[in-house]
Amino acid sequence: MFEPKNLYRQIKYDLLFRKLATSMGALVIFLVVATFFTLVYESWPAIKAFGLRFLWNTTWDPVSLEFGALPFLVGTLITSFLALLIATPFALAGAIFLGELAPPKIANPVSFVMELLAGIPSVIYGLWALFYLVPLVRAFELKIGAPPYGLGLFTASLVLAIMILPYALSVARDVIKLVPQDLKEAAYGLGATRWETIRHIVLPYARSGILAGIVLALGRALGETMAVTMVIGNRSAMPQSIWDLANTMASVIANEFTEATEDVHLAALVEIGLLLFVITVVVNLVARIFIVKTKVR
Amino acid sequence: MKIKNPIFTTEDLCAYYGDFMAIKHVTVKIPEKQVTAVMGPSGCGKTTFIRCLNRLHELTPGARITGKIFLRDQDILQMDPIIVRRKVGMVFQRPNPFPTMTIYENVLAGYKLLGIRLPKKEADRIVEEALKKAALWDEVKDVLHRRGTFLSGGQQQRLCIARALAVKPEVLLMDEPTSALDPKATLQIENLIVELKQTVTIIIVTHNMPQAGRISDYTAFFYLGELIEFGPTAEVFTNPKDPRTEEYLTGKFS
Repeated sequence: MFEPKNLYRQIKYDLLFRKLATSMGALVIFLVVATFFTLVYESWPAIKAFGLRFLWNTTWDPVSLEFGALPFLVGTLITSFLALLIATPFALAGAIFLGELAPPKIANPVSFVMELLAGIPSVIYGLWALFYLVPLVRAFELKIGAPPYGLGLFTASLVLAIMILPYALSVARDVIKLVPQDLKEAAYGLGATRWETIRHIVLPYARSGILAGIVLALGRALGETMAVTMVIGNRSAMPQSIWDLANTMASVIANEFTEATEDVHLAALVEIGLLLFVITVVVNLVARIFIVKTKVR
Repeated sequence: MKIKNPIFTTEDLCAYYGDFMAIKHVTVKIPEKQVTAVMGPSGCGKTTFIRCLNRLHELTPGARITGKIFLRDQDILQMDPIIVRRKVGMVFQRPNPFPTMTIYENVLAGYKLLGIRLPKKEADRIVEEALKKAALWDEVKDVLHRRGTFLSGGQQQRLCIARALAVKPEVLLMDEPTSALDPKATLQIENLIVELKQTVTIIIVTHNMPQAGRISDYTAFFYLGELIEFGPTAEVFTNPKDPRTEEYLTGKFS
């Protein structure tokens, strides 16, 4: 039998490599758990002081040291879901165009530009929104008789929608491309038009993947900080309408972190971070389950 | 050779992929309510030929067709491809039931895709009739509302045949429908084809010579994109006119 000279050494390396890979995998889990516990530890003074009331108290007052997270919770949920609502139709239409309709000569450069969009730093989106989007929104608010701040929940949602669009779009495009050609041909063979094939065959088949892309985008929207902080108006009170100035969980942390001199103020900010962490995990979990349930087998 | 009442007549039909000419000047008349086998070595254009007949060929980017194809006396190249494909159904090489639909919905897919809503009674009738025609009814009548993907390969292929038959086509094109199936399932499909020719014209691409011998009434032999020989199967098999046909039939090349 042929036996390479350093066979045993190679087997040893193989084992070593296996151990290394396993420990890297374990490290990821450790990091998530450690982040969670660090957040709990750092926010403990606030948890102790406010208890569960922190979740539905609408007052956030660093002067009298009364802290409730509800306005930011609401701010984050409104901006994220509004952004999703705005971005999804565009993402879907764009994905159908790039994945199914456009010839490669057009689809490839468009996809490339779209992926560039995802790489732009969020502070640049924020600047652009401040100089371009805010005046537009203000003009619109004047027209409909809303308070003409220009800044606020709606503007933040618009920026977020633009920022998450490339994520939702590129995932959806990829799964649409993965729909087997023979299924599409079967549909065409039955006399279906392009639109009928897309609607009844391609989209149902790609549904779970498209949802996954939307969830990925939602995850981005929930945590996006810089661009939102720049245009949301940073008012720590319960928003009364989507034209109101507000704060999201991420933006209030970014805004007040450097000014928090009282321990309990700092702990309250960290607790908001903890909440955001939990929400993100829950959203992802729920989405995972949903995706598995709707998957085509 | 005279063909009375041809269902398909092609005149100088050429099909291209970009600059490549896959079908060269084919002129043929295909008889109605018979089984016509399309044979020839790999890459000879058999599949391309039948994909011209329901205009699926032109879905491939860069593909085009010249010449004329008549379905009875209508030039299908002048018709809307959607209408052509309603009249000329197709069964593919690999069974491809829609995985997002139940068996019942798969049979009715031709209606659903086009946004036709049928009254429940009529839908039930069409499903039962199509599945019976496809010799699948007894096997699936209790599981109609389950996804079709758990069926065996042969059952899936018969489901695809039922799906094609449900819209009542005049012609059924079959592109090597048994090449992905085991011998038993193949036999079932062959028997089915012989029964179906009572009601529908069948044009079947096949690699399998004994199969062509068993089920077809006419045989078209293609070689390098040309139609070399066309005639009653018994004649083509026992007394081929072209030496290339004979060489293929005797296994000199494949």
